Amino acid sequence: MEAFTTHTGRAVPLRRSNVDTDQIIPAVWLKQVSRTGFENGLFAAWREDPSFILNNPAYQGASILLSGPDFGTGSSREHAVWALQQYGFRVVIAARFGDIFRNNSTKMGLLPVILPSEVVERLQAAAEADPTVEITVDLAEREVRLGSESWSFEIDDYTRWRLMEGLDDIGLTLRHADDVAVYENGRQPWLPTTV
Amino acid sequence: MGRTLAEKVWEQHVVRRADGEPDLLYIDLHLIHEVTSPQAFDGLRMAGRTVRRPDLTIATEDHNVPTVLGPISDPVSRTQVETLRKNAAEFGIRLHPMGDAGQGVVHIIGPQFGLTQPGMTIVCGDSHTSTHGAFGGIAFGIGTSEVEHVLATQTLPAYRPKTMAIEVTGELPVGVTAKDLILAIIAKIGTSGGQGYIVEYRGEAVRKLSMEGRMTVCNMSIEAGARAGMIAPDETTFAYLKGRPHAPADEAWDAAVEYWKSLRTDDDAVFDKVVEIDASTLTPFVTWGTNPGQGAPLGSAVPSPEEFDDPIERSAAERALEYMGLTAGTPLCEVPVDTVFVGSCTNGRLEDLRAAADILRGRTVVTRTLIVPGSMLVKKAAEEEGLDQVFKDAGAEWREAGCSMCLGMNPDTLKPGERSASTSNRNFEGRQGKGGRTHLVSPQVAAATAVTGKLTAPADLA
Ligand code: SF4
Repeated sequence: MEAFTTHTGRAVPLRRSNVDTDQIIPAVWLKQVSRTGFENGLFAAWREDPSFILNNPAYQGASILLSGPDFGTGSSREHAVWALQQYGFRVVIAARFGDIFRNNSTKMGLLPVILPSEVVERLQAAAEADPTVEITVDLAEREVRLGSESWSFEIDDYTRWRLMEGLDDIGLTLRHADDVAVYENGRQPWLPTTV
Repeated sequence: MGRTLAEKVWEQHVVRRADGEPDLLYIDLHLIHEVTSPQAFDGLRMAGRTVRRPDLTIATEDHNVPTVLGPISDPVSRTQVETLRKNAAEFGIRLHPMGDAGQGVVHIIGPQFGLTQPGMTIVCGDSHTSTHGAFGGIAFGIGTSEVEHVLATQTLPAYRPKTMAIEVTGELPVGVTAKDLILAIIAKIGTSGGQGYIVEYRGEAVRKLSMEGRMTVCNMSIEAGARAGMIAPDETTFAYLKGRPHAPADEAWDAAVEYWKSLRTDDDAVFDKVVEIDASTLTPFVTWGTNPGQGAPLGSAVPSPEEFDDPIERSAAERALEYMGLTAGTPLCEVPVDTVFVGSCTNGRLEDLRAAADILRGRTVVTRTLIVPGSMLVKKAAEEEGLDQVFKDAGAEWREAGCSMCLGMNPDTLKPGERSASTSNRNFEGRQGKGGRTHLVSPQVAAATAVTGKLTAPADLA
């Protein structure tokens, strides 16, 4: 996973709420068995509408997505995260996220930033007024900055550390393999196996 | 202070706890299907890792499978299914492939084999894993990175979610189902109401539900945003489990039941949040919009966006009505439907098929009607009761087991502009096929709708 410390980039205002993962990447795209090539599936149905914001040339190359509340609800498909990253997004800012999507994002190094609705709307308005405006997302300082304004956001220490170091969870857990073995020896004897 | 059911099950599974870190949680059962696993197995191979506990892992083919006999014609779908077969063989994981007597939707087969038991932790790369919480365990959906993590370590690092009680007071009126109850709960608390919580469904109306009904309720916890939903085990749970292939037997059964009986929220335990809902006031419920929180009683009308005070909800309602091709004020019972789907991990069990058959017996459908059993064992049981004949006589299609029209990944889809009454769990834009319009309903309402061609409550059938 690519480490994340601070990122500055242009932003796309997506003024929709309840952006479920079926919209982020429709099911037909989930048939792939590789981890790459999902950028064309990002918002595939919505992108057929020429007036959809991602089709606006002014926002090409933007790397921060500013969404209405409840981004990434629904299906657990991590393909949603892959599609956003492969399209070029490094950060999604919203007032609320679906739990599984947020988890998946932090496993992959896509930063989900929770800010109050008013702040998200302030950022959306700024990106609408001037698509070239740049926003800085500083994970080290837990802060989002726009010009002279700044807002702090919350993220737990552990996840922040893991993102900043770009660490893979599995490697971290395998350090505790002995604890897992001890636990396994004490499991209730009636628990089922699939064999 | 006492503990909630969720806290008890969680604590029982903590392998390691350290300050400032998530708990490392042991996973008792890992369910796998073809869609969210290929990249996880690739990851294992690339890192030279293996599956720690293939004996706590089980795989099935469900999302891509066609529900008519024959091979998978879409080459991309076929590759995905073949990839699962290769991975299962390579890592020694039990697989129920298409055509196998045990094949079915991942959340139907765990309970039917008795693999889903009280007090367990169960995960799957699928958000409807919450279904299994109906037995009193903690069950939740994960992404592919976490699938890989569980394959490699049989654990997951996670912070314990907060706890929420949904107290269902009163009794469900006759003709009102578990599906109506959960749709009403989601409409009440919203699609984000459960975010960050494990929900425990409690109260008399919940205790009276069958295991099938409890699974329907827990299944849709994710639609309220919750990480998981659970119901404390009781005699109904034990009776369902007894004698199933993987349920404990003999002395182990007695020991297990004794422990399972301790899996209830202590009287003095405190939930982080409590929501009450009066079951006795409920009536058949349908969704009118494009998220599962946009629902209303079938006896009411399509709402007007002006009814929503919150500007974000108002614009969501406007967008939803446009997508759904609905006009505010139209009575929901006048909305015409072209396709009816009975099936999915929400309502694809034997009890659901019986309920639909009871309504279709001696009647004729006027819509395209797909009846899709959730598993091959459900199919077999239904056929032994003659339900397949009831459906065929009514003019409905009786299919093989799979996810089918719950999502547009296999040949069963809606065409743009087509409208369905569906017993599945998601009415998102395009969920059942690009441009398709979905109304979520109970099996009973689905069957009655198939008879009239309009959204219909069974009580309103002649
Ligand atoms: S039936 Fe639907 S919700 Fe259930 S596992 Fe299949 S696709 Fe997912």
